[in-house]
Amino acid sequence: MKFQFESITDLLFMSGHGPYVWGAYLVTFCAVGLLIYIPYKLKRQIIAQVKRQQKLEKPAH
Amino acid sequence: MNWQWFHRLGSPRWFYEKTSRWSPWVGTLALITMAVGVMWGLGFAPEDSKQGNSYRIIFIHVPAAFLALAGYYVMAIAGAVGLIWRMKLSFMVMKCAAPIGAVLTFISLVTGAVWGKPTWGTWWVWDARITSMLILFFLYLGVIALQGAYQSRDLSNKSSAILSLVGMINIPIIYKSVDWWFTLHQPATLKFTGPSSIDPSMAYPLLIMIFGFYCLYAWLLMMWTRLEILEQEQKTNWVKELLLTGSIKNSA
Repeated sequence: MKFQFESITDLLFMSGHGPYVWGAYLVTFCAVGLLIYIPYKLKRQIIAQVKRQQKLEKPAH
Repeated sequence: MNWQWFHRLGSPRWFYEKTSRWSPWVGTLALITMAVGVMWGLGFAPEDSKQGNSYRIIFIHVPAAFLALAGYYVMAIAGAVGLIWRMKLSFMVMKCAAPIGAVLTFISLVTGAVWGKPTWGTWWVWDARITSMLILFFLYLGVIALQGAYQSRDLSNKSSAILSLVGMINIPIIYKSVDWWFTLHQPATLKFTGPSSIDPSMAYPLLIMIFGFYCLYAWLLMMWTRLEILEQEQKTNWVKELLLTGSIKNSA
């Protein structure tokens, strides 16, 4: 198994198909990244909500 | 027969505790296999004699499409289990499978369009495979929309489950579309029965990526379902305790 391209520029250009290939990978990367990020963000929101609720239920004396 | 495991399976708390341990492993496995598959596919797999380098899109297009279809089964079966056994967790899985499946279908449509331009000379064509995948995308969106359409969660769950089950008719059509209406989209490259039409030097990275996408799907579904559990059960003591202290002391 050997590396198929002569240089990094060659890898990026991919004899003219570079923009298509890299574009497709970029879209996938962003979409999957979003699917991973959303639950993390929402979890923080729920924690904040539960903490707020807790404070309302037990007011400080 | 001991059905205890089945009843436990329906308990959101049991699921949450179990997946706390599994989730990081599955996630790590998914990211490592996908990193290996992407590097192999982009840099080391040989160039295609007819399509040149554009074929390298196959390493994400095919796995995403695989999981878009498999994910639909997951959603529909979870919906059916929810309808039949009234299992709360099952409806949660169905609800979470919809956005993940929609994104995977979106990925397979977009990467397909981008691949189509240098290969077929067009971004889009109303070919049977592509059109049926677009219908799959709308079915996923339909389930997402139904989840937000009613005030009652029960009604949302039931209607989403019914839509998922009715939409299952589309899945065999997608599978067979390339054989029934042979137009632009190429037939299956990997076959379960009979020899595949892909060289091993390209098949290995593709199989690694498919495995990676399966792990990714399992990880995402776990993460989203865990979040749904926290959201729906946030009034229960165990969730409050978990979120406020970071752990649950008296596990059931």
